[in-house]
Amino acid sequence: MVYAAAALIFGLFAVVLRDDGFVTASNLLNIGRQAAPIAVMAVGMAFALGAAEIDLSVGSVAALSSLVVADAVGSFGFAAGVAITLAVGAGIGAVNGFIAVKVRIPSFLVTLGTLGIVSGVARNLNNLQSLPIRNDVYLNVFGAGSLGPISSLLIWTVVIGAVGHLALHQLRWGRHVLAVGADRSAAAALGIRTDRIRITALIASAAAASLAGMLLAGRLAIGRHDLGENLLLTVIAAVVIGGTNLFGGRASVAGAIAGSIVMAMLNNGLILMGLRVADQLIARGVIIILAVALSMREQKEA
Amino acid sequence: MTVEAQATALEVEGLCKSFRAVQALDHVDLTLRYGEVTALLGDNGAGKSTFVKCVAGVYAPDTGRMRVDGVETSIANPDAARELGIETVHQTLAVIDTLDVAENLFLNREHTRGGPIGAWLGVLDKKRMRIETAHILERLGIRIPSLRRPMGALSGGQRQAVAIGRATAWGRQIVMLDEPAAALGVEQAARVLELILNLREGGAAVLLITHNMDRVSEVCDRAVVLRQGRKTAEVAVGDVTTDDLVAYITGAKTQRTRP
Repeated sequence: MVYAAAALIFGLFAVVLRDDGFVTASNLLNIGRQAAPIAVMAVGMAFALGAAEIDLSVGSVAALSSLVVADAVGSFGFAAGVAITLAVGAGIGAVNGFIAVKVRIPSFLVTLGTLGIVSGVARNLNNLQSLPIRNDVYLNVFGAGSLGPISSLLIWTVVIGAVGHLALHQLRWGRHVLAVGADRSAAAALGIRTDRIRITALIASAAAASLAGMLLAGRLAIGRHDLGENLLLTVIAAVVIGGTNLFGGRASVAGAIAGSIVMAMLNNGLILMGLRVADQLIARGVIIILAVALSMREQKEA
Repeated sequence: MTVEAQATALEVEGLCKSFRAVQALDHVDLTLRYGEVTALLGDNGAGKSTFVKCVAGVYAPDTGRMRVDGVETSIANPDAARELGIETVHQTLAVIDTLDVAENLFLNREHTRGGPIGAWLGVLDKKRMRIETAHILERLGIRIPSLRRPMGALSGGQRQAVAIGRATAWGRQIVMLDEPAAALGVEQAARVLELILNLREGGAAVLLITHNMDRVSEVCDRAVVLRQGRKTAEVAVGDVTTDDLVAYITGAKTQRTRP
């Protein structure tokens, strides 16, 4: 379904926006670059949703990570800076998971709380000022660089997609995530450590969001308190359109990436149509509800 | 085959379990012997499933002792039960509808490949698991159209057959079946009984929870009756009539002394 939708939207924009440069190499590359952070977050979110959890803090984690990486790469160099940032992201995911599991608060509420906390911390971190990134290695690997003709952002999308797909289908962990998401008590009766699975799924989601934040920072060569902050709805829509069940038990990494490209095309097309920001918001909201409704109906029938 | 000749597989002594104010199990004793099928009978809410879940490691009992092959053990979780050779078909089947047949059969006992690193990462050996699944189902006489179909696409009877297959396929010696034939058609129910008899032939100790008295007289050697969490009777099935069993279950009749 998501692949048909992607083709349909592409075809529609190609016709409607043929004079506005939708189907030009540079614009398509632009769409790919915009899709990259969404796709990376979507892959992580697919595991959280697959485990019947949800992570509402991904946008704020991405934003905080953009600031942390800008600071840490400047202070400690490329490798250490990236490692610190990923650790911060994974740590937030671990806290989310631990509270959800041990205190028995639905992850919906836990991550709504951390969304606020992390956003606040990001705003305090540099007093709403953006932090420039001057590390060339970092900017190459996470931003404007390329391997031959292929943008590093696209490479990240492919790598994370492949890792996620393999983890979901070829690793015991991936199967257990879906088992826990489909029927937690059945999974527990078979001896699956459901707590561990739920916590690690939320760690995967937050770590992916952290990586997405680093990509956003790399693209703009800055860290800022609001980078990626508003991507939450886009990411969830991308994942659900891609065939992941919003209530657990079924997930698709390839679908999440295709869904991210759909969402990036929508963003791009609406801008090229010349819609004002307010109208873009309205149009995007309507399209997301329609698309998610359609894909959820299809999942019910499947 | 005399009942007395069989070696003890599982001994449960004084098992208690309460949920808040409700005492679900009140000092229940139960012994399973190899080569014997024991029926666990009782009305709804009598504590049968709770008992099974305690032995299967799903619930932690409040007090009570368990011995497996004469060795005192505690069963802290389902893995521990499986390691002791105790397999369970739960009333809910505990199958995952979104995973396929092979994935369900091997859930949490997956084969991995690629040596120690593969084992650590949990890299699945899907091919091996599919082949073994086909063998297991064939041996048990379970027909499933495709092993790659998600469990949710199968009929109630097929789902149940897979759940039973999962518990009985490993040559384990203690098997507990909670209402295994509830959702089955006549032919499949007969096959389940055949499976149970095969297990007994193979020397396994079987605990069978059922509401079907015909089934008790067909395959069970002994029957233990629970009522409101207490054991009210333990009888050799050959010594009593179906009416007696029903009377024990409803409380019309009780047996004070244990054999």
